[in-house]
Amino acid sequence: MENHRPPIVEIRNLSKSYRRGSQVVPVLEDISFDIREGEFLALMGPSGSGKSTLLNLIAGIDQADSGSIKVGGIEITTLSETELAHWRAFNIGFIFQFYNLIPVLTAVENVELPLLLTSLSKRERREHVEVALRVVGLADRMDYYPGQLSGGQQQRVAIARAVVTDPTLLVADEPTGDLDRVSAKEILDLMGRLNNESGKTIIMVTHDPRAAERAHLIKHLDKGVLNVSDPAPH
Amino acid sequence: MGIPYYYSLRNLWTRKLTTGLTIAGMALVVFVFASLLMLAEGLRKTLVATGSYDNVVVIRKGSKSEVQSGVERGQASIVETLPEVAAGPDGQPLAAKELVVLISLPKRGSDKPSNVLIRGISATSLLLRPQVKITEGRMPRPGSSEIIAGTSIANRFRGGGMGESLHFGMRDWAVVGTFDAGSTGFSSEIWGDVDQLMQAFRRPVYSSVIFRMRDPSEFERIKRTIDNDPRLSLDVMREVRYYEEQSEAMARFLRILGMSLTAIFSLGAIIGAMITMYAAVANRTAEIGTLRALGFQRASILGAFVLESLFLGLLGGLAGLFFASFMQLLTISTVNFQTFSELAFSFTLTFRIIYQALLFSLFMGFIGGVLPAFRASRMKIIDALRAS
Ligand SMILES: Nc1ncnc2c1ncn2[C@@H]1O[C@H](COP(=O)(O)OP(=O)(O)O)[C@@H](O)[C@H]1O
Ligand SMILES: [Mg+2]
Repeated sequence: MENHRPPIVEIRNLSKSYRRGSQVVPVLEDISFDIREGEFLALMGPSGSGKSTLLNLIAGIDQADSGSIKVGGIEITTLSETELAHWRAFNIGFIFQFYNLIPVLTAVENVELPLLLTSLSKRERREHVEVALRVVGLADRMDYYPGQLSGGQQQRVAIARAVVTDPTLLVADEPTGDLDRVSAKEILDLMGRLNNESGKTIIMVTHDPRAAERAHLIKHLDKGVLNVSDPAPH
Repeated sequence: MGIPYYYSLRNLWTRKLTTGLTIAGMALVVFVFASLLMLAEGLRKTLVATGSYDNVVVIRKGSKSEVQSGVERGQASIVETLPEVAAGPDGQPLAAKELVVLISLPKRGSDKPSNVLIRGISATSLLLRPQVKITEGRMPRPGSSEIIAGTSIANRFRGGGMGESLHFGMRDWAVVGTFDAGSTGFSSEIWGDVDQLMQAFRRPVYSSVIFRMRDPSEFERIKRTIDNDPRLSLDVMREVRYYEEQSEAMARFLRILGMSLTAIFSLGAIIGAMITMYAAVANRTAEIGTLRALGFQRASILGAFVLESLFLGLLGGLAGLFFASFMQLLTISTVNFQTFSELAFSFTLTFRIIYQALLFSLFMGFIGGVLPAFRASRMKIIDALRAS
C-alpha cells in the first residue's frame, strides 16, 4: 500500500564533496532515491559516512555539487538563498541532537518562532502553539525557559517547534543522541505517533538501532553510497 | 515579521555584567557630551534672558560689546531725543546713558582676582530692566560713591555684600543694596551712578545708550534712521540680539570642545560595544544557525544584532542623560568671552539636548554593532550549526 503513495522527495544523481585545504573530499557520490509521503526513514551508517550531509541537503541548508533534489515537486537545488529560506520556513521541521532551543525565549516563544515567518495573526499563532505543545505533552510548561526543562522536555519543545508550521518534511539528526534511555524512548514514541497518527513524513539520522527500529525503512550510508535494507518489522 | 525585539533585549539582560560595563562606557561619553551642550545652553539662556525685546542697545559702530564701545555725549543726546523712544511715567524719554567698565576684584575665600563688570546707570536704567529687583537695601544716591551689587557678586566677591565696601577707581564704594536679576547676566554686575563712575575712571564718553521703543515693531525703521544720520556712527541692535551675540563665541567654543572631547571618548565606547557584540555573536553561533535553518533571512539576523547594539546605545544614552540631569543643580561661573567678565549660570537641559544625546548614543550603538551583526548574518548555516 505504501508503494502506491506518491514520492514526496525525489533525489537524483546527488553528489557532494567538501574541500579540506587543497584536498577535495567526496562525501556523497551519485545518490538517487525517493521518499514517499508518510514514510518514516532511518538513515544509518558509520560516523563520517555523510548522513548529516545528505539530511542537510534535503533540508535545504547545504548546497549540492551536482544532481537534483525535488521536495513536493519543487526543485530546491536551483532556488536562491532567499527563496530557500522562505521555502524552509514552510516545508521543513528541524529536530536537532542538542535541541537548539533559543535560551532567552520561553517554550511558547520558541515554538512560536517559525510562525513569525507566516502571515498568521497573533491569536492564530497562539492557538497553533498551544496545540503543538499539547501534542508533545508540555501544555503545563508553556512559560518555562529551556534552562528550566530537562533534556527530554527540551527535545519535545523542539519537536513542537518543528511541527507547528505543519511542514512537508520532518528532519531529525540524531534526535536521541543526547538523551538518556527513558527520555530517548519518549521522544521516539512521540515521533512514531506523529508518523502514524498525523501522517508526518520523517527522515531521521541515527546510529542507535533501537531508534532505527521505529522506522519503516532503513537506508545505510557507507562511504557515500546508499544501501537499502529491509523495512523494519512492524 | 522578523526576529522579535524581545529576543535582542533579553540577550542583553542575560549577560548583565558585560552589558552593564558597555552601558557604563557609553553613559560616560553621553554624560560628557550632554553636559557640555547643557553648559553652552545655560550660557546662551542666561545671556539671552538678559535682554528684553522692546529695548534697543546703541553702541559705537564696529564695537562688538559695550565694554569696547564709546558713545560721545552729543551722540547720546541725539539718540535719547529720537521721537521713537518711549516716554517714562514722568514724561521723560525711557533711555539710559550708561558706562560699562571692566575691573578686577578678589573673590571671597581664595582671594583670586577675577573680572567684574561695573555699570554706570542713570535714573531710567532700572525702569528699562524690569527683571532686576532690589532684594536688600536701596538704590545708590546720585552724586554719591554708593553702589549696588548683583547677587552673584554679593555672594562670591570679597566686600561685595550688603553693608561692605569695595575699592576701585581710586575710591571706596559703599554697597548700599543688592539686587537679583534671576538667571540673567545682570546678576553678575555692579551698578553705580554713571556720572560718579565716569569721574572715577576718567572716562569722557558713555559706553552705550539703552532705550525702550515706543513701538517694538518699528525697530527696522529706527535702525535705518540712526544708520542714515551723518552725525551718528553707531550700531543699533535689539537688546535680545545683543546678548545672544555675546553668548555665541562661548557657546561655540563649548560646542567644539564638547564635540572633540566626545569624539575621542566615543571611540573607546564604540570599541567597547564592538567587543561586546563580537563576543555575543561568537557565543550564539549555533543559535544563529538555528534561526537561519528555521527560515529567518540573513537580513533578520543582521537586524536582530543591530537592534541589540542599538538597545545597548539607548540604555547608555539614558543612563548618561540621567546623570547629566543632576548637573542642573549646579551653578558655575565662567568668563564671558565677549566682555571677559565673570558670569554665573547653570547647566540647562533641553529637549533638543536630550534628543541629540540619544541620537548620538544610538549612533555609537549602531557603529559598534554593525560589523559584528554583519559577521553574524554572513555565516554559513551548516558551519554555524556545527558550533554547538
Ligand atoms: N563543512 C564541512 N567542511 C569540511 N568537511 C566536512 C564538512 N561537513 C562534513 N564534512 C566531512 O564530510 C564527511 C561526512 O560528514 P557528515 O555528513 O557529518 O557525516 P555523518 O553525519 O555521517 O557522521 C566527514 O568526513 C566530515 O568530516
Ligand atoms: Mg552527523
